[in-house]
Amino acid sequence: MPTSEQTLDEILSLASAQFKVPRDKLTPDDDFFKTLGINSLQALDLLTKLENHFGIELPDYELQGVSDFRTLAGKIQARL
Amino acid sequence: MNSKTLLSHPEGSEGSAAADTMNQFTGKTLSWELSNGVIELALHRDPCNEIGSATLSDLEQFVDALRGLEGQAHALIIYSQLPCGFCAGADLRELYRRSQEMARTEAARGVREYLERIHRVLNAIDACPLTTIAAVHGVCFGGGLELALVSDLIIADKMARFCFPELRLGLIPGFGGIPRLKRDLGNAVVRDLLLTGRSFNATKMQQAGLVSQLVGEGEALGAARATAAQLAKFDRDTVAAAKKFIKPIPYSELLHEIDIFCELFMRPAVEAGLRKFVESTDAQPYLP
Repeated sequence: MPTSEQTLDEILSLASAQFKVPRDKLTPDDDFFKTLGINSLQALDLLTKLENHFGIELPDYELQGVSDFRTLAGKIQARL
Repeated sequence: MNSKTLLSHPEGSEGSAAADTMNQFTGKTLSWELSNGVIELALHRDPCNEIGSATLSDLEQFVDALRGLEGQAHALIIYSQLPCGFCAGADLRELYRRSQEMARTEAARGVREYLERIHRVLNAIDACPLTTIAAVHGVCFGGGLELALVSDLIIADKMARFCFPELRLGLIPGFGGIPRLKRDLGNAVVRDLLLTGRSFNATKMQQAGLVSQLVGEGEALGAARATAAQLAKFDRDTVAAAKKFIKPIPYSELLHEIDIFCELFMRPAVEAGLRKFVESTDAQPYLP
């Protein structure tokens, strides 16, 4: 099972690739809505990518109040 | 436009004349084309094919034309030309705006009329003798999922998401979603979809039995066309008989769903839910 840091790193890489934002522009505590410039529909795209990549299911209501990558990684780690 | 009607017929869609004999049609919200025995119905109303009065009017024209086209076809594919997805559901902004413009009793009557029109359209597609395929990408929410559910097969790409978010608005699905979900899925999955209002990815929906084929991103329409080509090999009358046998239309439950929806629609929670959606600062407030 990957460590939390590995999970976080994979999330940042996936988000970078999905929304064409350079990987070095993303940090764990960034507000991903602002940094990626995405709306809620695109956030669902990110969720789908993450679910497919990690082979998990993460209910979208778990994203309520979540806007930074580090917290998102914690949610995903809990499902691995 | 009659301001007293909740969702009245809009003034004329482009290309509406003689649509019932046309193999090709382009309207404001959708287009269709018959080619090599396959009817392709393409949705293209910005931003995400929200179903309001314009789409309903175009769908009614399509269903009228479908009766004339069925004899020349063996398959119908429904898909979206918009990048955001198949369909984000009912046009809640239009629904809210119109309901605010009308007295309560008029709004109640208007909602029922709207639902009855939607049900006529979806029932016609559901009962169509052709094999019907929904090619789904992106969001397939609410009324969009109900449109997909009338199809015989759902082919989804791996980025598709399915959701019945109606409880977030104090409502239940009103376009026939509950009876059709019950027809297609186990009750536990139906309860999860309806009672949590969460969105499910396409992999989960394939595991649940709703999605027939799961394909790569952007490949749903291609897979639907390949499936439609296979279907051309079969005798149409046999297919129609088989489909009628295995796919019951739950008419009495569909009518009951309309009654429940209309009763719920008049509650304060619904007005509050719709207002919250409409006033959201997110352009598409689809997170719960």
